[in-house]
Amino acid sequence: MSGLTRCLGSSIGRKGLMGITGILLSLFLIAHLIGNLLVFAGQDAVNHYAHALKANAALLWFMRGGLFLVFATHVYLALSLTAENRRARPVKYVQEHTQVASLASRTMVLTGLLVLAYLIFHLLHLTKGVIGHEAWSSKLPDGSQDVYTMVVLGFKSPILSGVYLVSMALLYLHLSHGLKSFWQSLGWNHPVYRPLFEKIGTGLAAILVIGFASIPLTILLGVIQLPGGGN
Amino acid sequence: MKLTLHIWRQKDAQDKGGMVRYEVDGVSEHSSFLEMLDVLNDGLIEKGQDPVAFDSDCREGICGMCSLVINGRPHGPWTATTVCQLHMRAYRDGDTIYIEPWRAKSFPVLKDLIVDRSSFDRIQQAGGYVSVNTGNAVDANCLPIGKPAADQAFDAAHCIGCGACVAACKNASAMLFVSAKVGQFAVLPQGQTERKERVLSMVEQMDKEGFGNCTNQYECEAACPKEISADFMRMMNLDYFKSSATTS
Ligand code: HEM
Ligand code: FES
Repeated sequence: MSGLTRCLGSSIGRKGLMGITGILLSLFLIAHLIGNLLVFAGQDAVNHYAHALKANAALLWFMRGGLFLVFATHVYLALSLTAENRRARPVKYVQEHTQVASLASRTMVLTGLLVLAYLIFHLLHLTKGVIGHEAWSSKLPDGSQDVYTMVVLGFKSPILSGVYLVSMALLYLHLSHGLKSFWQSLGWNHPVYRPLFEKIGTGLAAILVIGFASIPLTILLGVIQLPGGGN
Repeated sequence: MKLTLHIWRQKDAQDKGGMVRYEVDGVSEHSSFLEMLDVLNDGLIEKGQDPVAFDSDCREGICGMCSLVINGRPHGPWTATTVCQLHMRAYRDGDTIYIEPWRAKSFPVLKDLIVDRSSFDRIQQAGGYVSVNTGNAVDANCLPIGKPAADQAFDAAHCIGCGACVAACKNASAMLFVSAKVGQFAVLPQGQTERKERVLSMVEQMDKEGFGNCTNQYECEAACPKEISADFMRMMNLDYFKSSATTS
C-alpha cells in the first residue's frame, strides 16, 4: 500500500483532507467577498467585474468544476466521518456532560448542511434567477445583465435578505470552529503559534461573515440604492 | 451523608442493561468514591444481591484501572484526578449521582461498570515499544538527551491508559491515548529507528479498532487525569503525514 493511499484511508488523513478542502473553500469565500464588495464602488464597478468573469468561460467553468470537486469532497468526508463517529458510540450516556467543546464544534454537520442548503438557494436566486426572477432579468441599455440592479432589487425584500443574514450567522458558527480546527488537523498548531492561529481563524470567520452580511444590510437600510437613487 | 445513586447494571456483555436506583446512607466524607461503592456493595451482599462490578487496582491513581463516568464526567468532577483519588467531600448530603461505564464501541461492557479495554493493548502491541534490548539501567547521562526532550517524553509517559479520553470524546476517538504512546518515543533517540512504522501502525490499529475521528474539541484533554496535552495529537498528526509521505 503506498503511503498516500494509506494516508487517505486513515482517520488522520481524511481529517487532514477535510482541513485542506475547508481552507480551499474559505479561500474561495475570500475572493468571492472581495468581488461582492464592489457593490459599494457602484453600478459600473460590479457590472464590469461580473461581465469580465462571464467573458472568460473556460476559466469560469474550470473554477466552477474545481469548486464543485472540493465541495463534494468536503461534504462526503463530513458525512462519512460523522457516520463513523456515531457508530463509535452506539450507547449514549444517560448523563451527557460537556466541559470545553464549543457549541460551534458540536454542530458542525448541522451548520455545514444548512450552509449547503443555503448555497443551493443562493445559486437558484442570483445565478439561475429561479427565485426573484424579475430582479434577475434587469438589463443594462446594451442588453446585458445588470448585476447591480439585480442585487439591490433582490435584497430590498426583507424575506430574501433575512435568509441571507440567517445563513451568514450559520456560516459564522461553522467557520468559527473550522478555521481554528484545521491548524490542528494539519499539525501546524504548535503551542508557540496556537494563540495567533486561533485569532486568525476567528478573525477571518468574522471578517468574511460581516463582509457578506454588510451587503443585504446596507441595501435594507437604504444606504445602497438603485441607480439614480430610486427606491 | 445520604446519597441517591443511579448506576448502570448489566449482567454480561449480551445483556441490554439499564440504570438502577440505589440509596446509600452513612457515607463518610473522608472516604473515597470507590470506598463509597464498597459500602454500597457490602449492603447489597448482605441482602443477597449481586454487588455492582467496577474496576480498580492500585487505588492511588497510577494503574489506570478505575473507570467510571460520574454525572457525565469520566473520573468525576475533580480535574487531574482518577476516580480512585476522588473523595466524597466533593459531594453533599442528599446529592444524586449517576454512574456509568466508559461508552465506546471499542470498549464493550463486560459487566455493570467494567469495560474491555484490550483494544488499547492491541494498539500498543502494534508499535508502542522500542525493539532493542535495553539491558540493565545505564549510568545517568550516559545517553545525552536535552531537558526539553526529556520533559516532553516524560509528560507523554504520564498516560496510564485508562481510556478517559475515549470516554470523554464526543466521537469516542482514541487520539489522545495513541498520541501519548507515540509521543513518548518521538523525541527520544531510542525511539527514532522505528519512528515511522510506529506512528503508521498504531494509527492503523486505532482505526481498525473502530474508534471515532477527532474533531479537535479537546474534551479528552479536559478529562485526562494525567493532563496529557492535546499538543501530542498535533504532533502525531504531523508525524503521521511526514511518515506516510516518506514510506512506500
Ligand atoms: C462555504 C462552505 C464551507 C466552508 C468554507 C467550510 C469550512 C470548513 C473548515 C475550515 C473546516 C475545518 C476542517 C478541520 O477541522 O480540519 C470544516 C470542517 C467541517 N465541515 Fe465545513 N465548510 C463548508 C461547508 C460544509 C458543508 C456543506 C458541510 C456539510 C455537511 C460541512 C461539514 C463540515 C464538518 C462535519 C466538519 C468537521 C468538523 C470538525 O472536524 O469538527 N462543511 N469546514
Ligand atoms: S485504581 Fe489505579 S488508577 Fe485508579
